[in-house]
Formats: sequence, C-alpha cells, structure tokens
Amino acid sequence: MDLNTLLLPVAGLGGLGLVFGAGLAYASQKFAVEVDPRVEAIRDVLPGANCGGCGYPGCDGFANAVAAGNAPVTGCPVGGADCAKNIAEIMGVEAGDAAKKVARVICSGDTKNCKEKFDYFGIQDCKAAAMVSGGSKSCAYGCLGLGTCVNACQFDAIEITDGRIARIIPERCTACGKCIEVCPKSVIHFVPFEQDVIVDCNNEEVGKVVRQKCNVGCIACQICVKACPFDAMEFSNNLAKINYEKCTNCMICAEKCPTKAIYADFEKRRKAEIIEENCIGCTICKKQCPVDAIEGELKQVHKILEDKCIGCGACEVKCPKKTIKMK
Amino acid sequence: MSASGLFIIFVSALLVNNFVLSRFLGICPFLGVSKQVETAAGMGMAVTFVMTLASIITYLVQIFILDTMGLGYLQTIAFILVIAALVQFVEMVIQKTSPTLYQALGVYLPLITTNCAVLGVALLNIQSEFNLIETIVNAIGASLGFSLAIILFAGIRERLEIADVPAVFKGFPIALITASLMSIAFLGFTGLV
Repeated sequence: MDLNTLLLPVAGLGGLGLVFGAGLAYASQKFAVEVDPRVEAIRDVLPGANCGGCGYPGCDGFANAVAAGNAPVTGCPVGGADCAKNIAEIMGVEAGDAAKKVARVICSGDTKNCKEKFDYFGIQDCKAAAMVSGGSKSCAYGCLGLGTCVNACQFDAIEITDGRIARIIPERCTACGKCIEVCPKSVIHFVPFEQDVIVDCNNEEVGKVVRQKCNVGCIACQICVKACPFDAMEFSNNLAKINYEKCTNCMICAEKCPTKAIYADFEKRRKAEIIEENCIGCTICKKQCPVDAIEGELKQVHKILEDKCIGCGACEVKCPKKTIKMK
Repeated sequence: MSASGLFIIFVSALLVNNFVLSRFLGICPFLGVSKQVETAAGMGMAVTFVMTLASIITYLVQIFILDTMGLGYLQTIAFILVIAALVQFVEMVIQKTSPTLYQALGVYLPLITTNCAVLGVALLNIQSEFNLIETIVNAIGASLGFSLAIILFAGIRERLEIADVPAVFKGFPIALITASLMSIAFLGFTGLV
C-alpha cells in the first residue's frame, strides 16, 4: 500500500485543523469577554444534572441568574442545603435554612384499598389512562400507578409498589418537581422532609362517597381536627390538611383517624425525657402537656409517663431550664 | 458567466430552491429561533455570515487542498471542520459585540455548526461545479433565502401569539402548520428559472 494514501489525508485534515485551531486561539484572545467569575464558581458547585428543577434552562442558566441577582441562592432544589451554602459563600450572603422538601404521592389507595371502575388494558401510561374516563380507579383523585412519574424521575427515586401505586423514596428525592409536572392526577405534592405525619388522601368528595370507593380515604369526619392539640389540622373541601408549620409530629391524628388515611411512622415517634438534676419543679411542662403525660408537684422533680407521651415537644420548647430532651 | 446567469443563480437559491421551504434544510433554527422577528433577524444575519464565509473557504479548501491532494472523499468532514471553526469564531465575535443577540440566540448559535443548510450549500456549490463568483452569489442567495424565510415566519408567529388558536394547536402545532403553508406558497416559484 502506498504510504501517501495514509499520510495525505492525515496531513491535509490535520493541517486544516491546526490552522483553524491557531486562528481560533488568536480570536479567543482578541475577542475575550470578561465573564463574571462567580458564574463559573457557582456552576462548579451545582450538581450539574441540568434538570431544570430551578425553573432555569439548566445549571448554566441558574448560575447566571444567581450571579445577576435574579435567583435566590437556595434556588437549586437538587443540591439542597450544602449547595445553597456553597453558593451563598460565593455570593457573600447568608443562605438561611430552607427546610428540605421532598415530593410525596398523596394516596394510599392501592389495589387492595381502592376499588376499580373497570379493567384498563390501554397504553401503560398515566396520562393515557387518565383520558379514559379519568382512569380506572373509582377515586378520581388517586394515583393510577402506571409509572409516568417513574419515567420522569431522573434520580430513580420513584417506584411502583405491588399494589400498583407510586411511592417516592424520600432519601433519593431531590424535589426537582418533574414528577409533579407530569402527573395527570396532581397526586404528588411537596412535603417537608422531616415531616413524619401526612394526610395521604386528596379526595374532596363527601365521606359517604369516599367510603364506597376507598378503605383508606379521608371521609371528612374531622376527628383529627378535634384531636390535634396544636391546631395544626386544617379542614376544607371535605379534606383534612396538615399545616406543616404548626405540626409537631405528635401523631395523635394518625392514631385517631378511623380510616387510617393519615400516614405516620410510629417507630419514629419521639419521647420526652427530663434530666432530673436540672429540673426545678416549676410545673410549666406539666401545664403545657396536651395529654397529661407529665406528673409531679411544685418544687419536685417531674416525671414523664412514657406510655402517655406523644412526643410533641411542647414541653421541651417551654421548659425554662432546657432540661427536657426529645429522643 | 454573464450577469444574467449570476442573477438566475441568485434568484434560484433565494426563492425557487429556498433552503428552508423547498429543500427543507436548516429546519432546527427555523423553528427554534423564530419566536421574535428581532432574534430571527439576528439568526439570519449570523447564518448569512457563516454561510457566505463557509462557502468561500470550503470552495478554496476543495480546489486547493482536496482536489490537488486527491482527497475528494474527505469533503464532508473537511467542510464540517471549516464550518465548526467558523461558527466558533462567529460566536466569539457576537458575544463580544452584541451580548443581547448572544443571549437571544442562545443554544442555536453553536447549533449553526450542525445546521445542515450551511453544509448543504457548501456541498451543492461543489456539486453544481460553480466557480468562485457563482459560489459566493449562490451562498448569499441561499442564506438570504434562509433569512427571508425565518423572518417571515417569525413575523407570522408573533401574530399567532395573540391570535385565537384552538387549544390543541397552540404553540408548535400551529407553527408547523404555518411552516407547511409557507412551503406550499414557495412552491409557486417553481418553474421561475
């Protein structure tokens, strides 16, 4: 084989490339634009997923917006608190502590609990299924469980359970909001990551109707509203809703709910504990306790009744000596 | 080649064989950057500049490098190299001279690299065995044709924004229908030359 057939194209194209490269290198100096160095620094600390969860086109767009002062330093839902802190450092401001949020499927109506209207054999996609008379679930507010959100999630945080219902793994969720966007039933909502008690129902119909459709729906009995010691349970449109700012995760509502429509992880329930040597017997905690779980007389060391304590933390907040700890 | 011959090449590239509406090349920026007349005009100018310059350089590359070295089979990759370098250059110039235009063009500016209209005109010049003057005229005609199409389209889309379009057709569907109607209109130029 003639060596030239090999060398010529290499030389030809290589030469062209070299000439253009040199030209561009020269031009890049001649036409250099001073970029805000903060933009690059911010982009470096961003996750780089380009998910668009912040509302800007990709991480670059967000970095530009932050540097220009148009976006908050806490704007990246994926990076979370660490990322916000880093950006705040670059921008020279305080991040503040925005509570971490996660998306949650507000529905427990799996195949066992919620009746089907008909058998759906169409395209296995919630949007398509929702077009056929609102989906096969008898409850028009429930999760269809065909996994449209699973496909939208870039972080593998959503799975479909055996009961054909979507579940979001909070540890993996970055609150980018993609699933919320694609869900045709608007069944996914943001909830605080720390929140242990959640009303897992969206149904706004009256109790009787809900009962016929689903075993775990909110039947608008308002028992939780009355049970809540902190006024954290709001009620509108036949549906109970927790005001997450007031809620102390005491889980009384979940205990009282007759249909178990309120989810609570009772294993995470805290218990108050009084450090005895610091207690001055002021009785403030005893007065604060909504469930009378504290006993003790004035000027005596108080005691927590463990089986009564609901872990709401009201006593911890009020104790003047800071001698009550939640564990 | 007489002046009338050049004129025929020009009109042919501009209207009869309009790159967007007759040859269906460069559809991506045509749909992507045609929301506002202003940015569409900017895009048109950038493409005009890149196309004309690319045509000249690719012509020279073809004659003096590829043909003399017998490397005709490297035509496509060599042309892409030329176009990519040019686009980089144009990007730098625009970023320096007009940051607003740079912002408005956004991702579509580097995408001129893969704008098939640019590569198309470069390849067609060689295929039609044009000389340098004809190449330049053809490139200017083609790129002005592109600009014409995109600016007209942007004008229509600006009005579509406020028009009462049925919900299912809002956005891209109506844009695509408009584009196809424009294409049919441009079919009327067939047989002009």
